[in-house]
Amino acid sequence: MLRKVLYIDLSKSESWIAERQDLFEDWMGGTGVGIRLLQEECPAGTDPLSLKSPIIFSIGPLNGIFPVATKTVATFKSPLTGELGESYAGGRLSLALRFAGHEAVVIRGKAERPVYISINDDDVKIKDASSIWGIDAPTTGVILRDKEPGVGRRSIIRIGPAGENLVRYACVVVDTYRHFGRLGLGAVFGSKNLKALVISGTETVEVPDPKRYREVYNRLYATTVKTDVMEKYHDIGTSVNISVLNWLKGLPTKNFQLSAFAEAEKISGEMFAEKYLMRRFSCAGCPIGCVHIAALKSAFSTHHEFEVRKVSYDYEPIYSLGSNLGIESAEGILKLIDVCERTGLDVMSAGVVLSWATEALDKGLITSADTLNVSLKWNDVDGYTKALENIAKSPNEFYSALAGGADYAAAKYGGSEFAMTLGKNEVSGYHTGPASIVGQLVGVRHSHLDNAGYSIDQKAAKKPMDPEAMVNEIIKEDNSRGVFNSLVGCLFARGVYTEDNIIDALGAVGIIRSKDDLQDLGKRIFDEKYKFKVQEGFDLTHAHIPRRFYETVSTLGTVTPETVDEMLRLYRRKRGWN
Amino acid sequence: MVESRAEAMQVEAGRTMLEPEDKDAATPAKPKLRRRLKVAHPERCIGCLGCMFACSRIRTGTVSLQNSAIKVQTQGGIEGDYRVIACRACRDPPCARACPTGALEKRPNGSVVFHKDLCTSCGECEKACLVGAISFGKEKKPIKCIHCGACVDFCPHDVLTMEEIPAEGA
Repeated sequence: MLRKVLYIDLSKSESWIAERQDLFEDWMGGTGVGIRLLQEECPAGTDPLSLKSPIIFSIGPLNGIFPVATKTVATFKSPLTGELGESYAGGRLSLALRFAGHEAVVIRGKAERPVYISINDDDVKIKDASSIWGIDAPTTGVILRDKEPGVGRRSIIRIGPAGENLVRYACVVVDTYRHFGRLGLGAVFGSKNLKALVISGTETVEVPDPKRYREVYNRLYATTVKTDVMEKYHDIGTSVNISVLNWLKGLPTKNFQLSAFAEAEKISGEMFAEKYLMRRFSCAGCPIGCVHIAALKSAFSTHHEFEVRKVSYDYEPIYSLGSNLGIESAEGILKLIDVCERTGLDVMSAGVVLSWATEALDKGLITSADTLNVSLKWNDVDGYTKALENIAKSPNEFYSALAGGADYAAAKYGGSEFAMTLGKNEVSGYHTGPASIVGQLVGVRHSHLDNAGYSIDQKAAKKPMDPEAMVNEIIKEDNSRGVFNSLVGCLFARGVYTEDNIIDALGAVGIIRSKDDLQDLGKRIFDEKYKFKVQEGFDLTHAHIPRRFYETVSTLGTVTPETVDEMLRLYRRKRGWN
Repeated sequence: MVESRAEAMQVEAGRTMLEPEDKDAATPAKPKLRRRLKVAHPERCIGCLGCMFACSRIRTGTVSLQNSAIKVQTQGGIEGDYRVIACRACRDPPCARACPTGALEKRPNGSVVFHKDLCTSCGECEKACLVGAISFGKEKKPIKCIHCGACVDFCPHDVLTMEEIPAEGA
């Protein structure tokens, strides 16, 4: 397996390929290689939306070769947080990169006018995209499908108007219904005049010992489909958690004013599955099919004329655009998700920004003149629809502020005690206890998936854990996920990829690693990421924690600032940062 | 799982075809059968491409989409249905008829075998198959389904099954 990096310079309209065997040898692939390339490419203090700010895509040694190793990681400087940007997407992208023969792609510079990049194996073309600038993300995909080769094996990633207009939490839509959702990669695309990237390839991967490969493959495949390790994702999907977290008093409701939603049953995963679920599908290389698609049929006249929208849903958007905005119907949530899909907004940040704005309007921090008379009230689907469209267009100062994120808007208008961000990233859908708060705050990308603090809280609800035990768990997950994200596997399959299975799978592609090697790698990756974060100004000792977290009862009862401070102190000590 | 599914299936197919298990010779001979891959429920496909990877992995020992004889494609993005393209094991196979050198040869039981040494890479077989079940890989040789069933085990939704159809002359 040749381990190559494809460099594309949009300013110079040039591309070249470099063999970087050492880089992959030392840092495995995926996020390990991603952070190292970011350090090489992004000088300290770079404006994330300037031409010096790079975009890096990387995959790892198992992508396309073993089941559920389906993700690609994007590494960049986040325009939302001003520090480490790291986002993961599934679909067909990792497969397309694998067969095009590029384990990493670095995009530099800025194109003179709107362009898209077309990659077919080693052939890279930068093509004019002026005629599709301004077109929504799904339609852009449809147009490029007809223009580019590689049907059945290509990946098409693109931005919508939100990315073009530099909304700081604009996403990049991958194929259909998959996204580099978090931390604003879409705005970085927009800042480079980069509308889309289409990639396909025809390479074949030879494994050193096909018999051994088939053996390991069969074992991992059997674990994936024949055991209950991934059952949750297969059946109702992640949205099954709406009922669970509501019952546990961990479901953020109306901007975290409450941790249970009286109308939760109407927006539960069971309700979506029974009334709207149309089909499920998979990322290429995964037999699970966790992507749940709802058919939303609505009449647009009284003469039996209907439009049918097909909308993907999951737990997080149902929280952020649902319970968090007091939306009492599955249909209303699907409509809001659809707006984000078309405009290219991150559903999670968008929902949390709107819930802050709703409270800010209610409290008189902003006025209806600011909102352009758009009503921002809990459960007002039409008002929220208009507000989302306005955020994507940023027609006035207020919507421009919302386009900067909840932290940015609160700095301007007030209300930072209920702007639900950690590390400037809008938080995920868990008010489970202190591990969720601390986990997202210390996490390298301030995501719930950095170390799954929400899961630690839920374990603690069954069997009490002291702050130190929680911190130990967070550190363990921080590090081990760095390894898994170097491969780059889907975190839903982390139960399949035990340390032993990772070692076997790597062995089957000729990469020999011990447990010690992997643990060392996880720690090194974490350290490099923190170096970058600190260099760009992230300071854990002065991080803002909205007071709302301490006011609303969580799964583990009321969280006190003392507990969180204690955990942060322990965390810093165990990391050796005193 | 059988180690080399392709070989095992070929052996099995051969036995079914040539030596039907007629334990009681006095009863009338059962019709001779051959096995065929059937795309039974394409509407259940979730696009995991497990079948394609199984085909290249088990039949050729490589990781490849190009080397797969079965193809799964989207039709206008995955908002639409998937299209599963597989050899239908035609009764009067146009691919074999189109082949000018006998590289694709119809056997007495109706199945088609490929003789690589006779192939001139002319591409006539690919053109002859309206379904699109024959593709050309990097070697410029036709990639054709041998109806071994390797893909069936890696379809999580029973889109694919093996069925028995009467062998020619049965």
